[in-house]
Amino acid sequence: MKLRKNVAVSEAGLLFNPVTGESYTVNPIGVEIVNLLREEKSQEYISKFILGKYATDKATFEKDYNDFIGILGHHNLLESYEEKKA
Amino acid sequence: MKKRKLNIAVSGLNAIDSPGPGVAVIRALREAKSFNVRIIGLSYESLEPGIYMHDIIDRSYSIPYPAAGVDTLFARLEYIHEKENLDVIIPNFDAELYPFIKLEPKLKAMGIHMFLPTLKQFEERHKVNLNEFGKKYNINVPASKILYDLNTVNSLQSEFSFPLIVKGKFYDASIAYSIEQVKTYYNKISARWGLPIIIQEFIHGTEFNVTGLGDGKGNTIAAIPMRKQYITDKGKAWGGISISDEKMLDMTRKFLRATKWRGGFELELMKNKDNELYLLEINPRLPAWVYLAVGVGQNIPEAMVNFALGVKVKPFTKYTVGKMFVRYSWDMIVDREEFEQISLYGEL
Repeated sequence: MKLRKNVAVSEAGLLFNPVTGESYTVNPIGVEIVNLLREEKSQEYISKFILGKYATDKATFEKDYNDFIGILGHHNLLESYEEKKA
Repeated sequence: MKKRKLNIAVSGLNAIDSPGPGVAVIRALREAKSFNVRIIGLSYESLEPGIYMHDIIDRSYSIPYPAAGVDTLFARLEYIHEKENLDVIIPNFDAELYPFIKLEPKLKAMGIHMFLPTLKQFEERHKVNLNEFGKKYNINVPASKILYDLNTVNSLQSEFSFPLIVKGKFYDASIAYSIEQVKTYYNKISARWGLPIIIQEFIHGTEFNVTGLGDGKGNTIAAIPMRKQYITDKGKAWGGISISDEKMLDMTRKFLRATKWRGGFELELMKNKDNELYLLEINPRLPAWVYLAVGVGQNIPEAMVNFALGVKVKPFTKYTVGKMFVRYSWDMIVDREEFEQISLYGEL
């Protein structure tokens, strides 16, 4: 999973899609995950990173992570498989 | 090197809730790097706010409505030219373009330059001809039908699904959810803007606009796509952001290449949920939000003036993405004498 390379992410948590002109806000943990996605880190890596930093368990993280990825995908902020291949 | 000072007349000074582009065009001209300006405002109504903006408009003159005819307009422009020695006129209303296009050779002979679409381009892109335009140039447009008679409204049920858009020939559009609503809007819009009425398929999606400049030979000199972020109840953008959608820029380049468009323009686009782009309207002049183009690095009005004067202009190749415009309203305090001056004498 990779964030579209043209999506701008501010430190404060504003995501801007320059193709659609839409902006979204994410919380500080969201910013961390988005930045890891930008670096093409695997879910396993991100899971270890978050579990090591915050007091949560794996099941809760996985559920929230999948929800978050779903939302990013819904708003067209992730690269599709075809784009990645190209 | 000393910059040349140009006397430029600009219309569309109605900086109201459904604003004309004049004030934005003037701000752009005042920031031009290739020339200095003296701005002459051309107004139709005494309460157009631009008339009273003395910091950006040096002098204003009222001009007759297009309905008064080309000769009446020409006589008035001759008078203004005598006083102001005009170099360029930038007409900014759809409805006044026809007489100005007609007058272009005569004005040029007097030394007044314009950079307008040809009459063929102006007519071809008209809302009434959008279906044929789409077919001819292979551009996605919503299905539309032209109505001249209220009695033909009932037949729409077999051709369109609801909702649909009811549009006036120059301005105004409403969404109708039933035949009864179509009839109401037909009467309301035709009473104000005349016939025909255009019925257009409703495309669900997100609205975008592109403003730009064509050189009349098929080349794109400028193009800025914008997403409306804040839309008024009249459908006007009160806030927007520059974007970088390659599909929109491709459609713009295709439009300019195919039509060899000459002058400024605004494309009204809709993107549906499948990411398909539809061209809803082609406005044959610069839009009220054109100052955003200046803000992102493409001073379109300046380039337009240079084209009008035959000065070579290089196409713009880049702009800043993610820059916003946020419009605001501002109360000016005006002496009654100024209002009297423009109302009674047509000059201020």
